[in-house]
Amino acid sequence: MAYGPHTNEDRARMLAAIGVESVDELFADIPPSLRASKLELPSPESEAELTVRLRDLASRNRVDLASFLGAGAYRHFTPAVVDQLLLRGEFYTAYTPYQPEISQGTLQTIYEYQSLMAELTGLDVVSASHYDGAAATAEAALMSCRATRRERVLVGRGVHPHYRETLRTYFGGASLVADEIPLVSEGPTAGTTDLAALERMLAGADRPVAGVVVANPSFLGLLEPMAEMGRLAHAAGALFVAVVEPVSLAVLATPGEYGADIAAGEGQSLGLPLSYGGPYLGILACREALVRGIPGRLVGMTTDIDGRRAFVMTLRAREQDIRREKASSNICTNQALCALAAAMYLGAMGPHGLRDVAALGAARAGELESALAAAGAPRMHPGPYLNEFAVRVPAAPAVHARLIERGILAGLPLARVLPDDPSLADALLVCATEVTTPDEIAAFAGALGDELVGGTGHEGADREGVGRETAR
Amino acid sequence: MTSTESEGRPTTPAGDRLGPTLFERSRPGRGGGKVPHPPKDALARIPADLLRAEGPRLPEVSEPELTRHYVNLSKLNYSVDSGFYPLGSCTMKYNPKIDEWAARLAGFSTLHPFAPDDLAQGTLQLLWELETALAEIGGMKAVTLQPAAGAQGELTGILMVRAYHRSRGDTDRSEVLVPDSAHGTNPATASMAGFRTVSIPSAPDGGVDVEAFRSALGPRTAAVMITNPSTLGLFESRLCELLDAIHEAGALAYMDGANLNAIMGRFKPGDAGFDVMHFNMHKTFSTPHGGGGPGAGPVGVGGTLLPFLPSPRVLREPDGRFRLEAAGERPTGIGRVRAFVGNAGILVRAYVYIRAHGDSGLREVSDDAVLAANYLKSRLAGVVDVPFSRPCMHEFVASSASLKAETGIRTLDVAKRLIDYGFHPPTIYFPLTVEEALLIEPTETESLETLDAFVEAMARIVEEAHSSPDLLHSAPHYSPVRRLDETTAARQPNLRWRAMTGSQTPCPD
Repeated sequence: MAYGPHTNEDRARMLAAIGVESVDELFADIPPSLRASKLELPSPESEAELTVRLRDLASRNRVDLASFLGAGAYRHFTPAVVDQLLLRGEFYTAYTPYQPEISQGTLQTIYEYQSLMAELTGLDVVSASHYDGAAATAEAALMSCRATRRERVLVGRGVHPHYRETLRTYFGGASLVADEIPLVSEGPTAGTTDLAALERMLAGADRPVAGVVVANPSFLGLLEPMAEMGRLAHAAGALFVAVVEPVSLAVLATPGEYGADIAAGEGQSLGLPLSYGGPYLGILACREALVRGIPGRLVGMTTDIDGRRAFVMTLRAREQDIRREKASSNICTNQALCALAAAMYLGAMGPHGLRDVAALGAARAGELESALAAAGAPRMHPGPYLNEFAVRVPAAPAVHARLIERGILAGLPLARVLPDDPSLADALLVCATEVTTPDEIAAFAGALGDELVGGTGHEGADREGVGRETAR
Repeated sequence: MTSTESEGRPTTPAGDRLGPTLFERSRPGRGGGKVPHPPKDALARIPADLLRAEGPRLPEVSEPELTRHYVNLSKLNYSVDSGFYPLGSCTMKYNPKIDEWAARLAGFSTLHPFAPDDLAQGTLQLLWELETALAEIGGMKAVTLQPAAGAQGELTGILMVRAYHRSRGDTDRSEVLVPDSAHGTNPATASMAGFRTVSIPSAPDGGVDVEAFRSALGPRTAAVMITNPSTLGLFESRLCELLDAIHEAGALAYMDGANLNAIMGRFKPGDAGFDVMHFNMHKTFSTPHGGGGPGAGPVGVGGTLLPFLPSPRVLREPDGRFRLEAAGERPTGIGRVRAFVGNAGILVRAYVYIRAHGDSGLREVSDDAVLAANYLKSRLAGVVDVPFSRPCMHEFVASSASLKAETGIRTLDVAKRLIDYGFHPPTIYFPLTVEEALLIEPTETESLETLDAFVEAMARIVEEAHSSPDLLHSAPHYSPVRRLDETTAARQPNLRWRAMTGSQTPCPD
């Protein structure tokens, strides 16, 4: 076996000590009728062969395009020190710190992660991590129901569509209700959450609302009137849940400042690779008053019996291994190493570096907006944004497909994820970050300009059809 | 220091002392140089009331300080890379280094989750092949790779069970049966999925009490969750009866696959009659545990639950091309359980492990894991109590009940003293059904010399329990910190750094 130490002599010694003739005897408890047929799997491969296979598979992905794709997962620069430190086996081959005396490394890093995220969100309590932004948002909504003993939440349609789907999946199990708050369709606030609709939906006293869940920036990249929505939620006795993006919190108003009770979000942008969607980092934070209802692990500072500072998992009575069916969530293994990476990233960037990342992304996005508008693709919504926005492009999916052939990954055709919204049929969601270069922006704008001059949407659709035909 | 104590002092893999927090290391003006500065007016187009009033008070440290901070913290950890970690039910085996190399290949690590299928053929093929391999190992029809951890896999599985019963108009099934020896995640999952948990007692032989089980089973039972082998490390020997009874009652059988490491190539849950199961990638396929994740908890289903798999599935077209299901393509699914297709970086590692071992290697993994556990069990049988005498699978329960009766020494003390001998303690006080339990899982990657050294340490600790019990009550002695004040930690929670708390609990430097 590739990684096992046992020689045949070792095995013989063990069998003799046990007092059996063969390993088969140890499996005698498996009823004969249930014994497995042979595993139909490929033969073992040596590491040398495997490296060739893996290089080949990795090379079948195309990651060489100039990418303007964001939509919940972002390209950023990660300082080399982060990955070097993450490769320390003492961190990545440790288990959950159940024995605190020999887990202080993991425990202190979680405490530091909680502290760093508390600074970013402006909230006091941060859980050690959840699976991703979607699962954290679902847990935040469930938490609002437990805290208020109400069974209905309102979720803005500006929340990432995959997060809303995940929330519905979680709510379906618990038989709770999630109603969606529409977006403003036109005017200066087009694309943001509809405040008047929110007010109406909160008013029905027969269906009290546990929580109002809104994202800032929204999925469409827009900045939302968070303070107003928080006030409306609180006036109706509901909790206010902010879905946040942590790099943006270096410059944008924080959940703590605008009065959110709970913040949830995706921490991937803090030094984690894109990795086709995971492993990422679910951020979940809340006000101090809600601490005993937050799901997931918490690490606290304490002392040992000699009075020395030490860290330990605490408030464990919320967790599944103690409370079983009465636990606040079934979460056990979370994303600890991703939280460690985020903490290392924040340590390497520092407050000024993180601000530079957010502000440089905003600057590049401003340049992108101008360049795309000049090429014939104006922004769809007039309100303020940070580094991501939607542009109107006739036959957007077809144009997007043709731009790939020219080495441009032109963001996300919104029809792909929001097919039921006709107003977004001709929209691309694009973003820029600190790693987006002026050359990439010029190339995108140039290629898009050619496409928009060169053909109508109808032709574009035809050409896409032909392309698919040939590909098969 | 007694002679026993000094001889007992191991080359403990954990380091010596705590250092200050990142916040205490901060000095204004340190760090920087990682990204270019933006133009001064970069944020001028954003209204001031939407910006934060003042910057976050993050630490300012230089890269050398940051490096030493984390390197020194890492030395305070016990890990598989540093020593024996017989943590029962957690399968802490060696994590092959090639996995880390593979997951970091730029083609995998820089691929965006919204990359169109044509740009993602390598990862999609890997995921599809991994699904196929897991389906074969589990004897299942199909597998979803989405769940981020075993517990999320359980939730996914039980939500599919719920969708199945609802699709048949069978809405009275409100209960999930769970043996009392199960992991806490099972009952917690049932609650999250909107079911009431009914706990089933264990029989004296460690298996499910079949008579109690039959009387609990009925028209309200939606599913039965069975961990097999059980958390006692025993194969459920009356499994045929259990599965028949479950299906006769119209319920579905869920297998918690936490202990799959024992039975690869020996038992395929789907072929045996389980309708749904989850896999723990870090336990069985040796993806690193990371100090608490990330993991991955794929779920396998038989034909009954196939329509209810979460979206999107990875599909293979007749022309050999791979693609993700489009939005709304399969309306019977339970929906998404996360934002994207899975913890792909972890799944790459699991794929590498499965390809490295292949058909014969995976069976050998299980055989060696079971052999090592039975060896350790037979060697420890004369040292501490071993409540179940029949052959175990990959782990077994020992107990300090007799030792406690004779000396007052509890399992907790034994565990803490093991730290002084350089070992990570086994899982303690679990399963809940065994008094003073020590759940011991050696795994297949520990050498005979290591197993023998562990037996030796346990024997010496039992001697110490009789000769110098105070040594055990106050253990560990050689760890970076000693037993902790957990009561104060819970009564006055200090969950984040503030300058005030720093002065209350002095900086270790």
